[in-house]
Amino acid sequence: MTKGVLYSLAIATMALGGAATAETVAPEKVEIVDMEVTASLTGLPGDATVGRETFADRKKGNCLACHANADLADQLFHGEVGPELNGVADRWSAEQLRAIMVDSKQVFGEQTIMPGFYTMNVGVNVAEKHQGTTILSAQDVEDVVAYLMTLKEN
Amino acid sequence: MAETTIKYTMMAGIFATSLGGAAWAGGPADDKLVIDDELEITTRVKAPEGHPLDEVISGWHYRTDETRALEADSFQNPGMLYVERGEEIWNTVEGDAGKSCASCHGDASESMKGLGAAYPKWDEKAGRPLNIELQINKCREDNMQAEPYKFDAADQKSLTTFIKHQSLGMPVRLDLSQGDMQAWWDKGKEVYYRRTGQLNMACANCHEDYNGNYIRADHLSQGNVNGFPTYRLKQSAMVSLHNRFRGCIRDTRAEFPAAFSDELMALEVYVTWRATGLSVETPAVRQ
Ligand code: HEC
Ligand code: HEC
Repeated sequence: MTKGVLYSLAIATMALGGAATAETVAPEKVEIVDMEVTASLTGLPGDATVGRETFADRKKGNCLACHANADLADQLFHGEVGPELNGVADRWSAEQLRAIMVDSKQVFGEQTIMPGFYTMNVGVNVAEKHQGTTILSAQDVEDVVAYLMTLKEN
Repeated sequence: MAETTIKYTMMAGIFATSLGGAAWAGGPADDKLVIDDELEITTRVKAPEGHPLDEVISGWHYRTDETRALEADSFQNPGMLYVERGEEIWNTVEGDAGKSCASCHGDASESMKGLGAAYPKWDEKAGRPLNIELQINKCREDNMQAEPYKFDAADQKSLTTFIKHQSLGMPVRLDLSQGDMQAWWDKGKEVYYRRTGQLNMACANCHEDYNGNYIRADHLSQGNVNGFPTYRLKQSAMVSLHNRFRGCIRDTRAEFPAAFSDELMALEVYVTWRATGLSVETPAVRQ
């Protein structure tokens, strides 16, 4: 069993025990340590099926803008700015993928073009309607992480 | 690029190749632009000293075969209609002084030749650089006693296109020694590398680091200005440079500055310098 599956099981068990106390971590409070965010941002497991849609949705993740992904071959126009995400779960753990999603700059370095999807570390002059918000919600991030964990080749 | 980023990019590269994934055919097309089989256009040129890239490449190379062909044939280039309209305006009397552009400048093919390749230019009285659009407005107010054009008025775009077109094929070359041009260049450079918006991206992220790559369906070019105003097939209209700047900034989910503001004028000075040596292509055709 891979680390990711073990991890989802652990979360599932936790969720069963304490769904009522689950609390969402605010973007400023998320700690990235050693390129990892260890716990679910919402205390709940992600839904990979929803995550697949969030990944492709131009108004949400729009991940296809930069990443090709064979699992979404039915969608036109995969970008090539970032690496292909086929088999990405063989290369990164769920904890690392969560860190990449939250604030890629803290994993890849300040220079990366990849936006941080759950961070207040943003550029200047943010458009009014996006001020004080993150690109994705905490649960969106969990859903996409769960989806990325299904992208295995080995 | 930060060292960690390079490491990851390299790692990613190795993964991608080992997966044997079919990436799109990126990079500039290997082709030559000759308009109407007679005018050779310089679309690739060695970068000037201090430029971050080795070679300056026109956006023409990043477009499809069909789009490139449209620009090579002036009968098919939809932007040529704007050149014709611009010529009409050039010869039309407007304003209380009873003058047209031609009253003072005569034949544009002589008086305007090469001019568009050297703008923005320092204006001593204004104490700032002027681009063609603002120079037109200055003439309208001071010499014609006519109203200045509003940003992106149809006539502003046509007349600007007509004037730039008189420099077709001539190399872009700014004189940064005039007035405070250098300080405006410096400020423009700052804007170019400054990350904006919720997506936290700078011009350089897309046009310097990733030109030649597809971002979704768009093939990223170096973002050069030598073809402006540009005919955009997507919009079926001429697009001014400041409109393009604003669109790119908006795409980072940022508020965009006003057209002709100090910020965008500084950006125009700097980005025009980045296109040094490329031929003026106005009206270029883009997707
Ligand atoms: C504007 C471009 C861009 C967007 C949008 C983007 N990424 Fe990335 N991503 C990159 C780049 C570039 C890298 C490689 C790291 C680097 O060089 O900075 C990367 C790396 C990654 C990696 C590590 C891949 C590997 O194989 O090492 C993952 C996972 C990832 N991105 C997931 C996502 C997801 C999920 C989304 C959408 C929610 C997304 N990215 C959106 C540009 C982008
Ligand atoms: C998120 C990516 C992105 C960012 C950031 C970005 N652009 Fe662009 N830009 C594009 C795309 C896509 C196009 C259309 C394809 C092309 O020509 O590159 C484009 C086109 C252009 C063009 C037209 C090029 C031509 O040949 O017609 C110019 C000029 C330009 N950009 C300048 C800028 C400037 C200046 C900035 C910063 C203020 C900027 N861009 C920021 C994506 C971006």
